[in-house]
Amino acid sequence: MMAALKIDNSGNTGRQRKMHPHKFTLWIGIGSILMMFAGLTSAYIVKRNQASWTSFELPKVFWLATGVILVSSLTMFLALRNIRQRQMARYRILLMTTMLLGIAFVLLQTFGFVQLWKNGQTLQSTVSYSFLYIIVGLHALHVVGGVVALVVMFLKIFSTRQRNYSAVPVEVMSTYWHFVDVLWIYLLLFLLMIK
Amino acid sequence: MSSVENLTGHGTAVHIDTEHGHHEEHHHHETFITKYVFSQDHKMIAKQFLITGMIWAIIGGLFSVLFRLQLGYPEETFPWLEDLLGHWAKGGKLDPEFYYALVTMHGTILVFFVLTAGLSGTFSNFLIPLQVGARDMASPFLNMLSYWFFFLSSVIMFSSLFVQTGPASGGWTIYPPLSAIGEASSGSKIGMDLWLVSMAMFIVSALLGGLNYISTILNLRTKGMSMTRLPLTIWAFFFTAVLGVLSFPVLLSGAILLLFDRNLGTSFYLSDLVVNGKILPNEGGSAILFQHLFWFLGHPEVYIILLPAMGMSSEILSTNSRKPIFGYMAMVASLFAIAILAFLVWAHHMFVTGLNPMLGGFFVLLTLLIAVPSAIKVFNWLTTLWRGNIRFTPAMLFAIGFVSLFISGGLTGIFLGNSALDIHLHDTYFVIAHFHIVMGVASFFGMFAGVYHWYPKMYGRYLNNTLGYIHFWITIIGAYLIFWPMHYEGLAGMPRRYYDFSSWESFKMFGGLNQFISFVSIIVFLAQLLFVFNFFHSIWKGRKVTSTNPWGSNTLEWTTPVNPGHGNWPGEIPEVHRGAYDYGKDGKEFIPQDVPVGADESHH
Ligand code: HEM
Ligand SMILES: [Cu+2]
Repeated sequence: MMAALKIDNSGNTGRQRKMHPHKFTLWIGIGSILMMFAGLTSAYIVKRNQASWTSFELPKVFWLATGVILVSSLTMFLALRNIRQRQMARYRILLMTTMLLGIAFVLLQTFGFVQLWKNGQTLQSTVSYSFLYIIVGLHALHVVGGVVALVVMFLKIFSTRQRNYSAVPVEVMSTYWHFVDVLWIYLLLFLLMIK
Repeated sequence: MSSVENLTGHGTAVHIDTEHGHHEEHHHHETFITKYVFSQDHKMIAKQFLITGMIWAIIGGLFSVLFRLQLGYPEETFPWLEDLLGHWAKGGKLDPEFYYALVTMHGTILVFFVLTAGLSGTFSNFLIPLQVGARDMASPFLNMLSYWFFFLSSVIMFSSLFVQTGPASGGWTIYPPLSAIGEASSGSKIGMDLWLVSMAMFIVSALLGGLNYISTILNLRTKGMSMTRLPLTIWAFFFTAVLGVLSFPVLLSGAILLLFDRNLGTSFYLSDLVVNGKILPNEGGSAILFQHLFWFLGHPEVYIILLPAMGMSSEILSTNSRKPIFGYMAMVASLFAIAILAFLVWAHHMFVTGLNPMLGGFFVLLTLLIAVPSAIKVFNWLTTLWRGNIRFTPAMLFAIGFVSLFISGGLTGIFLGNSALDIHLHDTYFVIAHFHIVMGVASFFGMFAGVYHWYPKMYGRYLNNTLGYIHFWITIIGAYLIFWPMHYEGLAGMPRRYYDFSSWESFKMFGGLNQFISFVSIIVFLAQLLFVFNFFHSIWKGRKVTSTNPWGSNTLEWTTPVNPGHGNWPGEIPEVHRGAYDYGKDGKEFIPQDVPVGADESHH
């Protein structure tokens, strides 16, 4: 057995903690990510109100992407439920589905952008398209981050070094995943209503 | 029960059990790498931040000496400059382009790398777990990442000093269009890209750190440590982290857009530009948009720098006056008010950008409102000192110096906060004087106070006192001699960021004064080297600390062993029974927080 240094950060509070610290940290991180998009969307609104603004159309395939990410939220939800009930086989499949759906979402969005680009609506064409590419692109980057975390989590299931049935990492993961989903819905509505 | 096993290579498993009550002390082998390099111990990470910050401070300080040479002695040449800087100082005279690079890097380094990472990074890391009674941060791993992102950011910024076209040179605020267009100046070429990438890494570091600080303070307080029993240091770190977590991402957005404008042909900030006779194709952008995004971070940033200094000074003033801090709740409330207002005043940096005067009026009002919580804090510090049993340790002197500087610099803020006066004062040396006193030097004083005060806890040894006193007196006198006269120069209209004033009839009269200022800055810079010597010398040679609580202080860090290991307390974490400021109560000089309330004790 390896030498272990044990840092016990708990039990010292005496009161019942409501939320796991990692989850709590994630929530603050979510607040922070939101501020970044708040910065971008308010910049967008400022520009939107200036004379040179031109409107745009979202690629149709974004709707399909929206469907995909919504379903992935559902599979993530079910994955969490299954690990809580120790249904490891089903958990594994659901986790993998979520991961694949996440990848599909990013691919569909990329496809949408390729279409736009081919139509001459490039990143540089007008400020409105520049914003579209950057806002949607940054969101996609956050989905990619989530996919990477899912891959790591998936590989860990097969690790022989640590057997872990704890639901906490999955809870953290699912919170983040639902967050990028909701963020996408918000951005979609934003881009549809203010264009 | 849930637990996370974290395998950290080299056979050391750090086990973080976050829900279950028991804990055991295993013997542990730490290799050099896990102990000093990729350490997850908040105390070691704090020292990493501190020492990296000190290296940056020396570099940034040296830059100011170099450009002060130009300002103080515009006619002279210094052949050794050419040896040092090569083509940036042909014939021993700073190249104008390089002068701007030096000013820009000085600002960037001091504001972000020294007074944000070096100050908040050091002391939030060091003190939060120790003072709230936790074994480490909520996530030691993210904490380690936070340092290494800072390190990466440092490496990138440092390497930008050596590229052929020089580092960024558009001022620490990097306003476009200058910063967005490579052809506009040599500092707007690759140096600017490196600046932006480095800042992006820096922001990641600040966010990872901030998340951890907040989460630790809210979740990992020891038994009995209610929020209102927290030392003011912790409150200050808390609000600092909240400000950072909410404002840095906005700067990141701004920086990303700028990167796109620079490299991918977008026009977020650019419109109708002619550079070197060439008409640029960019259209539809607005440079003012960047200023909004920048100052939405920029103003909170100045408080990110200041609040930790406030918190540490409060703690040190109370401990060394042997008196409770005056008005604890008022101190917390005023920190809160400052944190809120910090988000609502950013446009006071933009009064002369053509801001709608009506809107300007609101920003004037909100800006001047900050004077209220600021004044409350000053009043409470002074009343804490009043009739105290003051022990003039070097830490205490620096804390008192902090209060003095905060008063002097805060008063000039009230001038600047009036948009009408600001038309005259904007971009003059008056602004330079204002923010160097209130933010730069004051926060440095808070940081020095913190280092002198907590050094025994960090290294188990004391800093040399005599050197400390010399350091203090030269620095405080020097700082006032440097920055006080700048108010007069600014009132007379002397603009900031000029390379040479001697060719301007109206500013010729300041030639002697500028020379004097430059002379004093060199002396003050040398005095800082004294501190650096003291710091490193004392790590190995300082007088050893023999008691666990050398300052007779109430907070929990002094209940740990002289050299605490990873985990801080060898046994149980102490339980807290009272606030942090029971000094001079019931005839007792001090009562630490872990002492139970006695039956005969008066109300507390
Ligand atoms: C009563 C409180 C304060 C007021 C009313 C105030 C007001 C102002 C105003 C209006 C400006 C803009 C001047 C100009 O560019 O024309 C300014 C600049 C500045 N202030 Fe303050 N201030 C106050 C306190 C502080 C504090 C506490 C800090 C830092 C800890 C600070 C840091 C700065 C900095 C860094 C700048 C200059 C940034 C730059 O242009 O490079 N101020 N202040
Ligand atoms: Cu400000």
